[in-house]
Amino acid sequence: MTWLLNILEPLLFIAAAPLFAGWIKWLKCLAQNRKPPMPWQPYRDLAKLFRKETLVAEQASWIFYTAPYIIFSVAVLAATVVPFVSVDMPTAEIADVIVLVGFFALARFFQALAGMDIGTAFGGMGSSREMTIASFAEPAFLMAVFTLAVSASTTNLSAAIEYHLAHPHLIHPSYVFAALALMLVAIAESGRIPVDNPATHLELTMIHEAMILEYSGRYLALIEWAAQIRLMIYGVLLANVFCPWGIAQDTGLSELAVGVVAIAVKLAILNMVLVASETVLAKMRLFRVAQYLGFAYFLGTLGMLIHIVVEVGT
Amino acid sequence: MLKNVVARVSFELSEQSQNAWRMAKALAGNNILSVGVAGLVTLIITGYAVWTGARVSMLLAVLSVVLALASSVVSIGADRDPFLLRYTSFTLLGLAGVCGVCGGTIAVLARVDIAGEFPLGLPWMAWHLRLDALSGFFLALIGVALIAVSLFGPAYVREYENSRRSLAVLGIATGLFIAGMELVLLADDAFFFMIAWELMSVSSYFLVAYEHEQAANRRAAFLYLLMAEAGALFIILAFGVLAGFSEGFTFSAMREATLTPMWATIAFTLGLIGFGMKAGIMPLHAWLPEAHPVAPSHISALMSGVMLKVAIYGLIRFSFDLLGELHWEWGIVVLILGSASAVLGVLYALMQNNLKRLLAYSSVENVGIIFMGLGLSMVFDSTGHPQLGALGLVAALYHALNHALFKSLLFLSAGTILHQTHEGDCERMGGLIHSMPKTAVIFLIGCLSLSALPPFNGFVSEWLTFQTALQASALKSGVLRSFVPVTAAMLALTGGLAAACFVKVYGVVFLGRPRSRHVRLAHETPSKAMLAGPGFLAVLCLVFGVLPAPMIRLLEGIPIQLIGHSLPGAHASSWLWLTPVSPETASYAAPLVLLAILVAWVVSFELLHPRGKEVSVRKGEPWDCGFGGLTPRMQYTGTAFAMPFRRLFAQAFDIQEKLENHPPDLENKRPRQFVYYLHIGDRFWRWLYEPIGNAIWRVSGQVARIQTGHIRTYLSYSFLTLMFLLWVISQ
Repeated sequence: MTWLLNILEPLLFIAAAPLFAGWIKWLKCLAQNRKPPMPWQPYRDLAKLFRKETLVAEQASWIFYTAPYIIFSVAVLAATVVPFVSVDMPTAEIADVIVLVGFFALARFFQALAGMDIGTAFGGMGSSREMTIASFAEPAFLMAVFTLAVSASTTNLSAAIEYHLAHPHLIHPSYVFAALALMLVAIAESGRIPVDNPATHLELTMIHEAMILEYSGRYLALIEWAAQIRLMIYGVLLANVFCPWGIAQDTGLSELAVGVVAIAVKLAILNMVLVASETVLAKMRLFRVAQYLGFAYFLGTLGMLIHIVVEVGT
Repeated sequence: MLKNVVARVSFELSEQSQNAWRMAKALAGNNILSVGVAGLVTLIITGYAVWTGARVSMLLAVLSVVLALASSVVSIGADRDPFLLRYTSFTLLGLAGVCGVCGGTIAVLARVDIAGEFPLGLPWMAWHLRLDALSGFFLALIGVALIAVSLFGPAYVREYENSRRSLAVLGIATGLFIAGMELVLLADDAFFFMIAWELMSVSSYFLVAYEHEQAANRRAAFLYLLMAEAGALFIILAFGVLAGFSEGFTFSAMREATLTPMWATIAFTLGLIGFGMKAGIMPLHAWLPEAHPVAPSHISALMSGVMLKVAIYGLIRFSFDLLGELHWEWGIVVLILGSASAVLGVLYALMQNNLKRLLAYSSVENVGIIFMGLGLSMVFDSTGHPQLGALGLVAALYHALNHALFKSLLFLSAGTILHQTHEGDCERMGGLIHSMPKTAVIFLIGCLSLSALPPFNGFVSEWLTFQTALQASALKSGVLRSFVPVTAAMLALTGGLAAACFVKVYGVVFLGRPRSRHVRLAHETPSKAMLAGPGFLAVLCLVFGVLPAPMIRLLEGIPIQLIGHSLPGAHASSWLWLTPVSPETASYAAPLVLLAILVAWVVSFELLHPRGKEVSVRKGEPWDCGFGGLTPRMQYTGTAFAMPFRRLFAQAFDIQEKLENHPPDLENKRPRQFVYYLHIGDRFWRWLYEPIGNAIWRVSGQVARIQTGHIRTYLSYSFLTLMFLLWVISQ
């Protein structure tokens, strides 16, 4: 039963990822007084891309052909590792949160290489910018997660969540800082405003889009889908790690139903926060992003110090 | 008549001997085969070793040194017959490598501790040899790199046969260099240690200066020699402090010595400077990015991959073994030096455009990561957490091994590129993935390992370092507890920057389109052995990344020997799961990660790949936002790729940037021209080295005053000195 659930849960995760992205878009359009596409529009887009002919530049190397599969496989693997509806899945132990960061880095490495493969100026530009942002985001991400890891004395996501559930009466002021830091990093890493604009195709401002300009057809579909999965992983991480209540600790049907509803509600709230910030904020200059992520790193460090000074006691 | 017969017989004899010579050449010609045969022989020896006990490991270690020396001796004739260097000398080196691997591995597995005396040296000071788990580990590490180099070398040195450089010097110095490194590991007294150390330093000077036609190379070699000797002085002083408190120069006597904390700290500081200079730790790294790139590529691989590790070995031996009792302040110093080296090393690497120079700076980064592991180990060990100290030590050792693998791989592949394109500047390369597909795959594996990406080996050792740093809550002192996780974040920053750096390298060198004519015309190396060397290392990179748990269990003997404890989670781990602390705290199943990625890949490929069509993709012009008309000059260059980093970390570099605007020249019909100069220098030159250099000039200027140039003045100096010394003795 556990193993069956363990297979079904990532499949549900992967299947729900486009819906999550479509939902954000839908809400954002409503918030900005535009007529929204339906939340399931991303499924239609993916289906369309899968059906279309795949056109590849003639000087592409095997890196260009394999990168979409690697990016997608790694995203699927990452989705398997993150606790979604229930904790304590057997596969959750394959990788802890540092390995999760490693997965994201692996996918990004191939994405950036694929961007440089054709030899266009835009591809290289996108790769350079993506790697710049990532190298600032990675320490901030880890600093936020370390606060959590040190207080629960584990880097396994499942174990950290269970620790948190087992000690509900403990108040962690450090978590507030860590959650804020992780939120800032999540926005940067999933290419949202104010770091990158997923809707833009204006040549000089795009980052993620610049790297995948040359992709089409099923390759583009895989990359887009992987990006949606990554966005949802960040959402689920924020929701389940810092606010784990409602997650199923058992394999009972009622528990699982509660788990599904709980994660849906949590993601909906996160959605609103994201949409509100995207509506209010403007995209920032590339060189401001370093300051933005430096702030996230600072928050993470502050969380760590607060944990050490206030929560542990000497 | 008789004369005629003699002449004829001698002619026939010489012809016969030449025939035999040719046959021998043909037999030994295939040195892949001979290394394979050697492998078989050593397998038999290993079986014998298991049967007789582990004492044979010392025999193998000494045999390895002897073979390296033999390769050096054989090369004396290489100027007359290049065949000697190409096949005999490199085959002997390969055999030395195989012996080193076998001997070292047995020593680590059986946790041997074999000591011996060598009846050489001064009459009252025999040379002491000793092989234990620690030296066995580093011996195996040298051996692995040596096997790869011996496969790669023969094809690479062919290039030098047509030049005026002496092949004999190359072969002799290489053999002595390797023998020196192995003797450093085997030495068991300070005297012999320094002899071996100097053998290693001086012979590698000749290798760095090998391509001596260019003044820049001679300068680099001189700088290398200068800093190596300065470092050696510090090491001698460090041993001197220890010897002052013990009854002799042997390491066993030094271990018994009890030092006051102040003297221990002085000895440690001297040792740290001496060994740190050789390891290339910031700010003592200035020689490294100068010397490593100018040596022949297979020597660069040995210097970066192996020689730096010998310095690490020296530091571990000196601090963990000889000094014994560690202080947490030392750990903090090592941790800070390591973090600074890691971050600054990778930042400087990111700015380089010469491929081998970039790799050299990346070695500074990796030595920094190893130092971080050692620093963590010292901090935990000295504050009463020996098991966590063992974890930090294992992380450092595993990273040392991994760095030896992937950095040798990258330097050898860079050598292949240099050999095939005669180009060392990344900005003139591009598109090599099409013309050199096999090298491209091997180099990619090296890049993935170095960027610490799962499931490759670099990730495992960085993960272990992270896990060690995250145990900071075990520490009592609040300052330490808050400081240690910050270094973990530094490590994370290093990882991110390293990934950016190697995306740049791979993207500019292998991807895109060729940026110059000779790179466009390049093709894959025809020599299989030249690919087999780095290919062998690439396979090991994957194996050590996918099966880390058994490998780390093998290493456990070393912390048991040095710290007296094994890893905290040693009992829980199986071959599949790496659980360094405990299964609840952290786990990583690299085989499953690899399996899951492959399964997801195959499934998505099978589902999506169209069937029933002739072509699955249509090829066409690149889209490029519809601009069209792409030329290779429009690609992003390495300098452009690194530009955001240059701007964001501007304080770390010594940047000289200039834009010249030449107005149009109507007479010669020349349009307006812009010329952009960019030079990125090492800050430490201005901060540290130039002041020291200037001070030395000033002091030597003062000293020159007493040198009048008259013989009678010098005679009176000698006389006065003699009188003074007599007075001292008579007191």
